[in-house]
Amino acid sequence: MDFIFIQFLNGLSSASSLFLVASGLSIIFGVTRITNFAHGAFYMMGAYVAYTLTESWMGALGFWGGLIAAAVAVAILGALIEIVLLRRIYNSPELFQLLATFGVTLVIQDLVIQIWGVDDLLGRRAPGMKGAVEIFGQAFPTYELMLIVLGPLCLGALWLLFNKTRWGVLVRAATQDRMMVSALGVNQAWLFTGVFTLGVFLAALGGAVQIPRDAVHNAMDLQIIVEAFVVVVIGGFGNVLGAFLASFIIAELNAFGILLFPKISMILMFLVMAVVLVIRPYGLLGKAEAHPRTALGSVIRPWAPLSKLGKNWVLALGLALVFLPMFAGDFLLNVSTEILIFALFAASLHLMMGVGGMVSFGHAAYFGLGAYGTALLVKFLGLSMGATMVLAPFLAVAGAIIFGWFCVRLSGVYLAMLTLAFAQISWSVIFQWDDVTGGDNGLLGIWPDAWAADQTSFYYVTLAIVGISVYAIRRIVFSPFGYTLRGCRDSLLRADAIGIDRLRIQWFGFVLAGSFAGVGGVLFAYLKGSVFPDYISIPLSVDGLVMVLLGGIQTVAGPIVGAGVFKALSTFIISHTEFWKIILGSFIIVLVVAFPQGIVGFFLEHFSKKKDSIEEGKS
Amino acid sequence: MITRRQLIGGVLGGVVAAMTIQGAQAADTIKIGEINSYSKMPAFTVPYRNGWQLALEEINAAGGINGKLVEVISKDDAGKPGEAVTAANELVSKDNVHMLMGTFFSHIGLAVSDFALQKEVVFVAAEPLTDAMTWSKGHDYVFRVRPNVTIQASILANEAAKLPAKRWATIAPNYEYGKSSVEAFKAILSEKRPDIEWVDEQWPTLFKMDAGSTVQALLRSEPEAIFNVTFGSDLTKFVREGTTRKLFDGREVVSMLTGEPEYLDALRDEAPEGWLVTGYPWYSIDTPEHNAFRSAYEAKFDDYPRLGSIVGYATMKATAAIIANSKSLKSEDLIAGGKGVEFDTPMGKASFRAVDHQATLGAYVGRTALKDDKGIMVDWKYEDGANHLPDEATTKELRGM
Repeated sequence: MDFIFIQFLNGLSSASSLFLVASGLSIIFGVTRITNFAHGAFYMMGAYVAYTLTESWMGALGFWGGLIAAAVAVAILGALIEIVLLRRIYNSPELFQLLATFGVTLVIQDLVIQIWGVDDLLGRRAPGMKGAVEIFGQAFPTYELMLIVLGPLCLGALWLLFNKTRWGVLVRAATQDRMMVSALGVNQAWLFTGVFTLGVFLAALGGAVQIPRDAVHNAMDLQIIVEAFVVVVIGGFGNVLGAFLASFIIAELNAFGILLFPKISMILMFLVMAVVLVIRPYGLLGKAEAHPRTALGSVIRPWAPLSKLGKNWVLALGLALVFLPMFAGDFLLNVSTEILIFALFAASLHLMMGVGGMVSFGHAAYFGLGAYGTALLVKFLGLSMGATMVLAPFLAVAGAIIFGWFCVRLSGVYLAMLTLAFAQISWSVIFQWDDVTGGDNGLLGIWPDAWAADQTSFYYVTLAIVGISVYAIRRIVFSPFGYTLRGCRDSLLRADAIGIDRLRIQWFGFVLAGSFAGVGGVLFAYLKGSVFPDYISIPLSVDGLVMVLLGGIQTVAGPIVGAGVFKALSTFIISHTEFWKIILGSFIIVLVVAFPQGIVGFFLEHFSKKKDSIEEGKS
Repeated sequence: MITRRQLIGGVLGGVVAAMTIQGAQAADTIKIGEINSYSKMPAFTVPYRNGWQLALEEINAAGGINGKLVEVISKDDAGKPGEAVTAANELVSKDNVHMLMGTFFSHIGLAVSDFALQKEVVFVAAEPLTDAMTWSKGHDYVFRVRPNVTIQASILANEAAKLPAKRWATIAPNYEYGKSSVEAFKAILSEKRPDIEWVDEQWPTLFKMDAGSTVQALLRSEPEAIFNVTFGSDLTKFVREGTTRKLFDGREVVSMLTGEPEYLDALRDEAPEGWLVTGYPWYSIDTPEHNAFRSAYEAKFDDYPRLGSIVGYATMKATAAIIANSKSLKSEDLIAGGKGVEFDTPMGKASFRAVDHQATLGAYVGRTALKDDKGIMVDWKYEDGANHLPDEATTKELRGM
C-alpha cells in the first residue's frame, strides 16, 4: 500500500512535467492552428538558458528567478519568431507552419551546440530542495513534491487567465470559431502573437524546471515534442484541462505499467492514444469544431490535366532522367536513385493528404513495412529480387488496410495523430522483435540480384518502377475515383448528400497511398542493402511531410519537386558539413518565406496570374 | 528591402557557388574514408575526431606509410544508417578511398560493414560495441577496434563475482546494447556464482527514462546489488533520483562505461561514489605511451582526452598498421595484412585477432570516487581484452564458421 502511494506520487510529478509543455502546445494549436514543431526546441532553450542563469545567479532568489527569467527570455524569442516568420505565412495552406517550425527546430539544434557546447550539462539542484522527505518510510525528493504542486497551480492560473480576463475570453472564442472572432473586429495578429508567446513561455518553463532533475543536453527537444503532441491529442486540442487529464493518465499508467511490463514505456503512450482516439475521435475533452474546415484549406484552382507546356516539361525531365547514366558517375546515380524513391514516397503521401485530405504523420509506416517485407522475404524465404518486389509491398498494403480502417473514421489532426500512433506501434514491434526483425541492429545483406547490382541497372529499375507508379498516381487523381476522393476532401456534407460512401472511398484512397509508399520502401531496402527501424520512424514521416509541403500541397506535381529539392539539398549539405542542420534549417525558412504556397504552388500562381491579366486585357 | 526575386536568386546562387567549391586533392596519397555521427552525438564524436586527427598528424609527420602521405576524408552520417550508406557510397565511388573507418552507433556500424562486404572494401569500425560486428555478422572485410559488449560485461562480472551480494537487479536501456550487456553480464556472473538470485530488471526507453518511478520500482525489489547499463542523460536522471531516494545506500552498483569522462564528468559533484565501473582514468594513467599521447593531445586541443579520443587515435593507428603491413592497397592484401597485426595505442599495444578481426584492446576497471567536486576512478587496473575474448574454436562457432 505504501509503495502504491509513493508510486502514485511519482506518477503525479511526471504528469506535472509533461503538462507544462503540453499545455503550451495545446493553447497554441487551439487558437492559431499552428502545428508547432519547434515546441520541443523552446523547451530545450528554456533548460539551457535556465542553466546559464542559475549558474551565475546565487541563492534561492537567483535560482527561482533564473528559471522564470529563462522562460521569459525564451518567450520573447518565440514572440519574435511569430512576428517575423509565422505571421507571413498565416494565409498559407494549413500545416505549412509545420514546415517553418521544422526549419526553426533545425537551426536551434545547431545554435544550442554552438553556444553551450556538445557536453551534457548538469544544472544546480534547487536551494532548499536538495534532499528528500520521509513518506511511509520511503525517501521522496522534495523537489518532486514541488513539481506535483506546480502542475495544478499552472492549471489554475491558466483557468483564471482564460475565464476571468477579457483576453482569455477572446482566446477561448478564437479557439471555438476564429472566423467569427475576426469578423467581430478583434485584431487577430496580436491575439495570435500573445497566445504563441504564452505557449512558448510554458514550454520554456517546462524545460527550465527540469534542470535540477535531468541533464541539460542537445537532444531534449526531440525527446519531448512527440510526447507533448500525444498528450495534447489525448486531451483534445485546445483543451488545457484535457491536457492535464491526459498527462495524469499517461504518467500514472507508466509508473505502474513498468512494474508489470518493464519494457512498456516505449509504446504505452501510443497505445493509449490509439485507444482513446478510436473511442473518442476528438480526444477525452475535445469537441468537434463549430465550422469543420477541410484539413488543407480550399484549393484555389481546381486541378487540371497537364497543359501542352506542362507535357513538354515532363517529357524533357523524363528524357533527362533516361539519359542521366551517360553523364553521371556512380555516386550521382546513387543519389538520383534515392531521390526518385523519395519522389514516390512524397507522391504517395500527397495522394493521401493532398488528394484524400487525410494528413498523415506516420506515412513512414508503409514505407518501412515495404522495406521490412523485402528484408523478411529475402532472409527467410530467400526469394529472388523480382518475386520480392511483387510480394513485399503487400505487407504495406496489409498495414494500410488495418490502420486505414480506423483512421478514416477521424478527421484533421486527430486522424494525423492516429496514423502516428499506428506508425509508432509498428516501429516498436519491429524494434523489439529481435528474432524476426533483428531489433535495432536491423537486417543486413538485402542487395539486388546480380543483374541489377550495378548502379546503372538499379537506377533504371528504380526509374521504371517510380515512373510507372507516379503515372498511376496521376491517373488515379484524374480518374472518377480521384474526383470522388477530392469531393470527400472538399465538402463532406455535399459528398454525403449525393450518396458517396465516404468511409469506403477514403479507406481505399488510404490503402492506395500506403501501397505506393510500400513500393518505395522495397526499392529503398535494395538501394541501402539493409533495413533498420529508422526506416519506419517519425523522422522519416516528418521528411515526407516536409517534401510535400515544400513542393506545394495544393499542386499535383509539388511533392515530386519538393522531394527532389529537399533530398538533393540535404544530401549535398550533409556531405559537406556537419553543421548541416543550421544551413538546411535556414534554407527551409527562406524557402517558406519565399514560396508561401510551396515551390510549385508559387510558380503556378505566378504563371497563371500573368495569364489572367492577359485575359482581362482582352475583355 | 529585399524582393522575393532577389532572395530566390541569392539562394540559388549560393547553392551553385557551394557546388563548385571542391577540395583540391593530392595525387599520390593513401585515401581513407571516415564516417561518424558528428551532428547527432557531438559529445562523443568530437573528442574521437580530435583523436584520429592527432594520430593522422603524427603518421604524416613521420613520412606517411611506406612513403605515401595519408589523407582522411571525413563525412557526417546524421545518426542515420541510410545517410551512412550514402556517405560510404560517396567515399568509395566518388572519392575512391582505399579503406573506410569510423562509426559510433552499432546499427550504423553494421550498415556500413554490410556495405563494405558488398563493395569489397575494408572497413575499420571504431566505436560500435555490438558483439554482432565481429561475430554473428562478422566477415573478412570488417575490423573492430573497441572492446565489445561481452568483453566489457565480462570484465565487470569478474569483479562483481568477488562481491558478497546475492540479490541482484538490473537496469538497462531498452535496445540492443542494453539487452546484450545484461544478457552477457547475467550469464557470466551466474556461471561464476550459482548462488545469486536475479530479483528485478528495469528497461526504460533510451533517453526517456521516467527516473522516479523506475528507481522506486528497483527499491521495491530490495536488491543487494544493481547492474546498471544506462548512460548519458538517463544516467544523470538515474543517479540524481537514486541518490535522493537512497537507492544506492548500502548497495553495490556495478556499472557499464560510467567511468568514462564522457559520462562521469557530466555528473559534476553529484557523481556517485564507490561504483564499480569500466572507464578511462586519464588523470592517473602513468605509462610512457599514455603520457606522450596526453601531452600531445592537450597541447593540440587545449582540452583533456576523453575515451572517444583514445578510440579515435587507436583507430587511426590501427588502420595505418594494417596498411603498413599489406603488400598493396587492394582489399585482399589489406585483409591479409590486417590479420594479427599489432598496433600502438595510448593503452599499450593491441592487435587484431586473425580469427575474427576483433582488436584485443581492453578497458580500465575501478571504483568511482569524488575528488575536488569531480568524479574520478580510483583503485583501477587495466584489463587486457585478450583475456576476455573466447578462444578460437568458440569464436568460429559464434561466427557460424
